[in-house]
Amino acid sequence: MSATCLEIRNLSAVLANGQRVLRSVSLAVEPGEVRALVGESGAGKTMIGKAVLGVLPLSVRIVEGDMLLEGENLGRLSPKARRTLIGTRTALIPQDPLTALNPSRRIGPQMTDRLVRILGWNGERADQRIRQLLEEVQIRDPDRVLKSYPHELSGGMRQRVLIAAAFAAEPRLIVADEPTTALDVTVQKQILRLIAQLQREHGTAILFVTHDLGVVAKISQKVSVLYAGKVVEEAETAALFAAPQHPYTRALMAATPRYTDPLASLKPVDEAVLAGLAAEIAAADRAWRPRHG
Amino acid sequence: MDEARMIRRGLGPRLWLAGGWLLLALLAAIFAPLVAPQDPLAQDLMLERLPPFWMSGAEPGYWLGTDSLGRDLLSRLIFGGRIAFVVAFAAAFAACLVGSTLGLIAGYFGGWADRIISRIVDIWMAFPPVLFAILLVAVLGTGLSSVIIAIAVIDWTRFCRVIRAETMGQSRMDYVENARIAGYGRIGIMLREVLPNVVPSIVALLSLEMGIAVIVEAILSFVNLSISTDDPTWGGIIAEGRLSIHQAWWVLVFPLITLILTVLSFSQFGEALRARFDPVLR
Repeated sequence: MSATCLEIRNLSAVLANGQRVLRSVSLAVEPGEVRALVGESGAGKTMIGKAVLGVLPLSVRIVEGDMLLEGENLGRLSPKARRTLIGTRTALIPQDPLTALNPSRRIGPQMTDRLVRILGWNGERADQRIRQLLEEVQIRDPDRVLKSYPHELSGGMRQRVLIAAAFAAEPRLIVADEPTTALDVTVQKQILRLIAQLQREHGTAILFVTHDLGVVAKISQKVSVLYAGKVVEEAETAALFAAPQHPYTRALMAATPRYTDPLASLKPVDEAVLAGLAAEIAAADRAWRPRHG
Repeated sequence: MDEARMIRRGLGPRLWLAGGWLLLALLAAIFAPLVAPQDPLAQDLMLERLPPFWMSGAEPGYWLGTDSLGRDLLSRLIFGGRIAFVVAFAAAFAACLVGSTLGLIAGYFGGWADRIISRIVDIWMAFPPVLFAILLVAVLGTGLSSVIIAIAVIDWTRFCRVIRAETMGQSRMDYVENARIAGYGRIGIMLREVLPNVVPSIVALLSLEMGIAVIVEAILSFVNLSISTDDPTWGGIIAEGRLSIHQAWWVLVFPLITLILTVLSFSQFGEALRARFDPVLR
C-alpha cells in the first residue's frame, strides 16, 4: 500500500475557553520520509504530535479536520479500532527520557511487554527483537541494561532504550517530540545520528518536532514552520534553507546563534514580523467558523 | 554493594530496632499462653500492687509487678498485645484496601470519579475521628469486629488522599502516555504501570495505619468501648493504672511504654520499608 503515511487535513483545535491552539493545520508525511515541525514554544507543534497519537490533554478539543493514518480516517474509527491502529502503526520518541520509562519496572519487561501484548508475539521472539534493536542503538551490554531499572541508566542510555523501543514494533510512523532537547549537547548529536540511521535502515516515516533549525537541516526532507498553531510555510528542507519565503521563517533563521559570533547573532524575532503575523491570525480567526463543532 | 551499604548505614538501626520490637511483641502475642509467666486473669489479693522486679518487695515470677487485683502486669500486657495486633492488621488492611482502591480510581480517572470521591473524603474527614469511632462502636456494639470495622470506616480516607495525589502525579508522567499510545487499556495501565509506583507509599501508610489502629483501639478500650472487659487490652490496663497511679505507678507506665514503642516502631518500620521498596530511593 503506497497510501500517504500520515495526512492531516485542516485540523483545528480549541482549549476549553475557546482559544484556538491549532489553526487549520494541513500536512502530509509520505512513507519513509522525515517531516520536521518547527516553531517556537507554544506554537502547537507538540499538540499536533499528540493529536495524531490520540493523547491530547482533556482540555484540548479537536473541532474540525481529519487525520488519516495510512489512508484510515482516525476520526471515523471506533475508539477501540483507533487505539489498535495507533498502537500498531505508530510510536513515540519522547522529549524527556527521565519520565518516559516506568521507574518501578526493569527495562527488559518494559520493552518486550508491548510486542507481546499488542502485537501478540511470544516472549522469546520479543526478547530477540529487543536485543537486536539494542545492538542497533549501540548499547554494548544489553544484559545489564535489560536488567536495570531506568534510574540506573544515564539520560543518553535511556533515550537509546526509548529509540530502540520505538523502532522495535516496526511502526510506519514515529512521532519524535524534541527527542534531543533534554540531553546535553554532546549526547544530542549521537542521538540524532542514531535516529537518522535507524530511520534510513527501517524506512520509517518520522514526524520530527523540534525548535532547532540546525536539527531540521540535518534530519528532515521536508519542513512545516508553525506559528501560533498555524502553518506559515511548508517546503523541502533544502529549498527552505536556500530561500525562505515567509518573513517569519527568515526571522527565525536570523535568530539562530552562530558559533563565530554567538552573542551578536542572538537576535530575537523581529517585532514587525510578529505584529504582521498576529494581524494575519486575528483576521483569519474572525473569518473562521468550525464546520462541525 | 554501595546501595546495600547505604541502606545499612542510613536506615539500618531504625529498621532493625523497629522491626525487632515489633517481632518480639508479635511473637509474644502469638505464643502468649506459652510465654506469659502467669494467668492474666488470675486475681490474688495477697499479691496486690507488687512492684517490678528491681524494687524491694517484688515477687519472683511477677516481673513487672501486679495491679490492684494482684494480676500479673507482664502477662496482661502480653495478652493485650494479641488484641492490639489483630486490630492493627485487620483494620489497617481493610482501610488500606478501600482507601487505596478509591484513591487510585480518583487519581487515575480524574473528572467525575475524582470529584465524587474527593467530596466524600472531605465530608468524611470533617468528623472528629475519635468521636466518630466512639459513635460507630456505640451503634455497632462492642466487640473485636466492631472495633476493626470502626477503624477501617474512619481511616480509609487517609489512604485515599495520599494515594490519589500520588496517582495523579504518576499519571502525568510520559510513561503513562506512552502506554496509552501503545494501546493498553485504561484499567490495565492503572494496575500494571501506575500501581507499582504507588506501592511504596501504600506500604508506608499501611505500617503507619497499624500504629494508629493500635492507638485507636487503646482509646476505645480506655473508655471501655472496645471488647469484653474480661480480656486485657492495653487501653484497658492504662485506664486501670490511671486510678492507682499514686500507689502503683507501674500499672500505668509499662502499658504506656509498650504502646508508645509499638506505635513508634510501626511508623519507623513503614518509613524504612518505603525506602527499601522505592526503586528510585534504593
